[in-house]
Amino acid sequence: MQLTLGPLMFHWKPDLIQDFYARIADEAPIDRVVLGEVVCSKRLPFYEALIPEIAERLARAGKEVVLASLGLVTLKRERAMLSDLVEAGFAVEVNDLTMMRYLAKNQKFTVGPLVNVYNTGTLDWLIARGASHICLPPELPIETIATLADHGTRAGAGIEVWAYGRLPLAISGRCYHARLAGRSKDSCLFVCEEDMDGLAVDTLDDQKFLAINGVQTLSESRANMVGDVAAIDGAGVTSLRLSPHSEDMVHVAQTFRAACDGNISAGEALAMLAERAVSPRYSNGFMFGKTGADWSHSQIN
Amino acid sequence: MTMLELVCPAGTPASLRAAVEAGADTVYCGFADETNARNFPGLNFSREEMAAGIEYAHERGTKVLVAINTFPQAGNEALWHRAVADAHTVGADAVILADIGLLAYTAKHHGDLRRHLSVQAAAANPDVINFYAEEFGVKRVVLPRVLSVPEIAAINREIDTETEVFVFGGLCVMEEGRCSLSSYATGQSPNMNGVCSPASHVVYEQSGDELVSKLGEFTIDKVGQDAPAPYPTLCKGCFSAGARTGHVFEDAISLDAASLIPQMAKAGVTALKIEGRQRSRAYVAAVVCSFRQAVKACAAGQSIPPSALAKLSEGQDNTLGAYRKTWR
Repeated sequence: MQLTLGPLMFHWKPDLIQDFYARIADEAPIDRVVLGEVVCSKRLPFYEALIPEIAERLARAGKEVVLASLGLVTLKRERAMLSDLVEAGFAVEVNDLTMMRYLAKNQKFTVGPLVNVYNTGTLDWLIARGASHICLPPELPIETIATLADHGTRAGAGIEVWAYGRLPLAISGRCYHARLAGRSKDSCLFVCEEDMDGLAVDTLDDQKFLAINGVQTLSESRANMVGDVAAIDGAGVTSLRLSPHSEDMVHVAQTFRAACDGNISAGEALAMLAERAVSPRYSNGFMFGKTGADWSHSQIN
Repeated sequence: MTMLELVCPAGTPASLRAAVEAGADTVYCGFADETNARNFPGLNFSREEMAAGIEYAHERGTKVLVAINTFPQAGNEALWHRAVADAHTVGADAVILADIGLLAYTAKHHGDLRRHLSVQAAAANPDVINFYAEEFGVKRVVLPRVLSVPEIAAINREIDTETEVFVFGGLCVMEEGRCSLSSYATGQSPNMNGVCSPASHVVYEQSGDELVSKLGEFTIDKVGQDAPAPYPTLCKGCFSAGARTGHVFEDAISLDAASLIPQMAKAGVTALKIEGRQRSRAYVAAVVCSFRQAVKACAAGQSIPPSALAKLSEGQDNTLGAYRKTWR
């Protein structure tokens, strides 16, 4: 089982971003790192200049580096961002099919979780066009994942699932961080940078529910499949995606690595993550429950 | 000015006839299963009803589009393939699709069946629209509700594909086809099941002197005893975030872009779409009738008659949504 570190979804300060990836390069048992801006094109200029250096350092540390394309593309300058990605010389993760227009014919690419891959027809089409690795949408149940993993791996593509971190549930033209601050997206003043893991949205009965991150809406719970790696492996999945948060992601990656290698039990792995967690609210319901928010301990003895 | 095509919803055969009689150029509908994004109990068409509805519409010069715009479930793709084949057989003027696997299938096996791109495909710029046109022969795209009018005009300058825009009805705040808020709370999603915030998971509870609207386990809104209980559509709910409490995502508000019809025509839009296959026949008739007048007035270069539609929409208030840039 491979481990992929997904793109940073939040607006962190550039020096934090640099430190974060330096530590990933040096210490995290991660096979593949997806770098770049998926959520909001306005954030990219703050750290764009750092990406080549970060990418090089990760590559020297033996990580496969993939550059992420933007998730919702509407503006001319956002389309230009996509054309820049192709020229950077790394593999590209398609997060919106707009990117397909910028890939060279027969250029290999990977597919991120915001692209709707729900069935074998879509899988076949993407693989025929050069997709070598596909992260499935987070809302799929394990039975569907098994069908797609079997089909995809036979056709030569790696199949990845969302295994750790707040779930990306929606993307909008509207910036909710700006709206809360009484501003519009165009005059947001980057209020989203105050929330390193997004801003929690609670119900009127104080239930933890969602989190906003600019134009993105996430789950408040962190998806956490560390207790389910055997079931996911059994479904034929080849890679797990861990999504960066402000907590110790090296520890998260090490725990997943140990769980995947069978060095610790599901119960031990869960305890190790919960012990150091900023937020101990987890979910694995899209894969194993009735609703996405459900949390069950399927494999703890 | 050219006459914009009016594309109207029909959740039942009676609504289809009402829409045709009220002056719809085109009616869109779906089969009674999870192949379309309004998979509600008691709604939509059997194969026989679809055939009869299309015959009725065609006799009166009205086109019928069949929405097959959910994402086929792995292992059960045949259900969606059959829907496309049956739409073709009964003479649909086009199918409205979102999934690239299903688009590829339809282009290959039903090449002469016209293909429209559903709003669920979230095609929000000229590059991706041209991609769908070239790869799958898509002739029309329903634009996602994240674009301003000038952006729509700019898109039309770079594409040959027709564009269709929503002008009235329920308003998704999130980009359609890329939202799993509903399945996070209920297990049922637009993409997989053709439903959002489904009634099967709605609970109204009395709590002290408040009425609580819940979706699954989660409280979506609360009102005083005398107020009507709001339907708990997830993204229109009342929540708290940081120090604020309120409608974090969107107010209980509906889209009414009747006033923008002339601008849409200038922006190169081909067709105007009314949301609401789940609404009653009377609602469909009234809305279609109003928009028929508005479209006629626009084509004749006259001003749009003051909209009498506000009372028909979901809440008390209407919005121009993303068409006005400051909405963002």
